[in-house]
Amino acid sequence: MRATEVVVTTSSPEETRLVGERVAGLLEPGDAVLLLGALGAGKTTFVQGVASGLGCPDEVTSPTFTLCQSHPGRLVLYHADLWRLERLQEVIDLALDEGLEEGGVLVVEWGEAAADLFGEDALVVHLDEGATESERLLAFEANGGGWERRLSSLS
Amino acid sequence: MRGASLRDEASRLLAIETSCDETAAAVVDEGRRVVSSVVSSQMDLHARYGGVVPEIASRAHTELIVPVVTEALALAGLDSAGRGERPVEAVAATTGPGLVGALLVGVSAAKAIAMAWGVPFVAVNHLEGHLYASLLEEPDLELPVVVLLVSGGHTLLVRMDAPGRYEVLGRTRDDAAGEAFDKVARFLGLGYPGGPAVDRVSAHGDAGAFAFPRAFLEGSLDFSFSGLKTAVVRYVRAHPSVATEDVAASFQEAVVDVLVEKTLSAARQARAAGICLAGGVAANSSLRARATESAEAEGFRVFLPSRAMCTDNAAMIGAAGYFRLRDVGASGWDAGAEPGLGLSPPGRGGAPGRRDTS
Repeated sequence: MRATEVVVTTSSPEETRLVGERVAGLLEPGDAVLLLGALGAGKTTFVQGVASGLGCPDEVTSPTFTLCQSHPGRLVLYHADLWRLERLQEVIDLALDEGLEEGGVLVVEWGEAAADLFGEDALVVHLDEGATESERLLAFEANGGGWERRLSSLS
Repeated sequence: MRGASLRDEASRLLAIETSCDETAAAVVDEGRRVVSSVVSSQMDLHARYGGVVPEIASRAHTELIVPVVTEALALAGLDSAGRGERPVEAVAATTGPGLVGALLVGVSAAKAIAMAWGVPFVAVNHLEGHLYASLLEEPDLELPVVVLLVSGGHTLLVRMDAPGRYEVLGRTRDDAAGEAFDKVARFLGLGYPGGPAVDRVSAHGDAGAFAFPRAFLEGSLDFSFSGLKTAVVRYVRAHPSVATEDVAASFQEAVVDVLVEKTLSAARQARAAGICLAGGVAANSSLRARATESAEAEGFRVFLPSRAMCTDNAAMIGAAGYFRLRDVGASGWDAGAEPGLGLSPPGRGGAPGRRDTS
């Protein structure tokens, strides 16, 4: 299947958060979303929006230290961060798929290392700096998982 | 059943801490006196990975837990069954927050020991432990104090009125202070752990070289370090030949400015007698110097725990365990690891087991 790609430009952290909220509306139980982007690209900000869109009352902060935090909402949001991990085995040890089997959704910061685990069904989001200091480009890429249909409402 | 029949008479505790990368055990009397404290640093192992790696951490804890506990008992003049002139009367362990695999090692060991010895087990919140670190070194600490708890995973401002009575005044909204140090350090190629690396390099840099942004979040005692981290990254990308020590020093200055200003602001609002630092970032030399200078200028007492007491250790878990046992009682045998545990005082339904979602 040909990859679907939708690019959204935001001009502030608040707008990045709003895009996260809209993506939350597209999420279904068992979905995995991998976030790729450099330090400061807005990954945690995006996840704060997803959490808000899922109606999670928790304040969402960076899970770099805890590796994975769960936030109950309309769906349980599992928020993971692989910044400190380098080997696939360490990622496997986190058992990130357990929450998905229970009907939650998973959003992974520094998701590169988890790409092999979730394959074609994951939604991949590339976050990049834009032309100005506060501008960000969010490129949504998917090969399966019904994302082509779902992403059409984002553009 | 060893010791007193009334659980609140238990005053000599064996404490175990394995929430992150340290395997630690201690014997503490009356929550105030450290009889022995052993910390087995795993830094050599972790330095290669740029952080705490859970699988490695839990395997290392498994290997170290028995020798570390045995050593703590021996240094306290006790045999490996906790017996001696004054035997252990309760066993405490950190149940959260932390890495689940690592926490499980300490919690399982502590419960097994308590069960075998017929003494109560008490579950301790790691963050609460940090609050007691100052009391261990300064038993006559004048209260209330405002504690700035800053580490790789946590950034909290807490008013402490008495042992077991405290309130969270502010917290980070995005990255922990220590996490910002770790991420900027790795980005600048300074290695791990990031705090000491930035501290070291900054000594040779100009802290006023770059005016990186400070997020003061007017009207709130919360913190935000995400924007600062982003600003440092953007600046270095745009100016690749810039002196690393100047960037490190300017970044550190921005973090310290915010931490010190917010802590003093909290101390004024809380009408505190003084301020305390806690957590790994409290070992940062610039933070220690600036906090002391600024607080003393306003008439606040300042207490800086030793560097060993700033970083993770089991003595502080023994202190917190003593007060929790006294005020709340023993924990159930079903108390397990709680990786996402928040900080909430006992007496408000805040025994470990409750998530802090405030």
